[in-house]
Amino acid sequence: MIGVGKMKQYANVLDRPLSKGKQEVSLSAFAFLFSELVQYNQTQVDNIAELERRLEDAGYAVGARVLELLCHREKGNRRETRLLGILSFIHSTVWKVLFGKVADSLEKGTEHEDEYMISEKELLVNRFISIPKDMGAFNCGAFVAGIVKGVLDNAGFPAVVTAHFVPVDGQQRPRTTILIKFAEEVLRREARLG
Amino acid sequence: MASTACFMIVSKNDIPIYEAEVGTVPKKEDAAHQHQFILHAALDIVQDMAWTTSAMFLKAIDRFNDLVVSVYVSAGHILSLFSVYLMLCMSLSGNT
Repeated sequence: MIGVGKMKQYANVLDRPLSKGKQEVSLSAFAFLFSELVQYNQTQVDNIAELERRLEDAGYAVGARVLELLCHREKGNRRETRLLGILSFIHSTVWKVLFGKVADSLEKGTEHEDEYMISEKELLVNRFISIPKDMGAFNCGAFVAGIVKGVLDNAGFPAVVTAHFVPVDGQQRPRTTILIKFAEEVLRREARLG
Repeated sequence: MASTACFMIVSKNDIPIYEAEVGTVPKKEDAAHQHQFILHAALDIVQDMAWTTSAMFLKAIDRFNDLVVSVYVSAGHILSLFSVYLMLCMSLSGNT
């Protein structure tokens, strides 16, 4: 009876394994918060490009923290040093933790060496958002683009990341593509590392 | 008994975030400046070596007289540098 089924007690708090944290967050709570974020930024700016930039900055902060956290929690303290490594880290691990599923696809651009695309049928953040016609090509996925940018920048792979709508035949709502364009130095370092 | 001489946390853009003189090492007046200089000089080496391996802890990357510099690199390239006196290193690992 003594100590049966008791959790292992750690003498030192540093020896305890990292807690997994709360796995699930209410979707409606997040959608509400995100809509407030977008509306607040809308009042502060007077053009679409600025609004996209603000959403991207908000996502950047998330990306920076998520990178460190997931590296310790999910990857057992191993860093990513290669391009494909960090891209598949984002495509699977980051997406799984943030949105509950891996991204739909990861593709390499055909025209340019430095372009990669992560596609998603419907971004979670866009699910409850409709864009009025007069806002043109604005995409709230700029927030997710910011998250990706935050992860890449802090891991040492500076890139320009944008979110685009891509119309798909046979589907009413267009697909969303996150376009990642890496900086020169990243490609040079990749070539050097062989 | 192991004791480090100087510990510093440096952000991704080479900005020092935290600095501490740790351990039972006897304090010298110019030691503080010297430690900063040594760790700063090691930054270049760290940043090169960080790309060659996916491990987070890089042991004994640089030496200065009898001070050995090691570093722990986080996922976001935040460097935790610390320097240890050589005698202690040898007793811990058996080789330099």
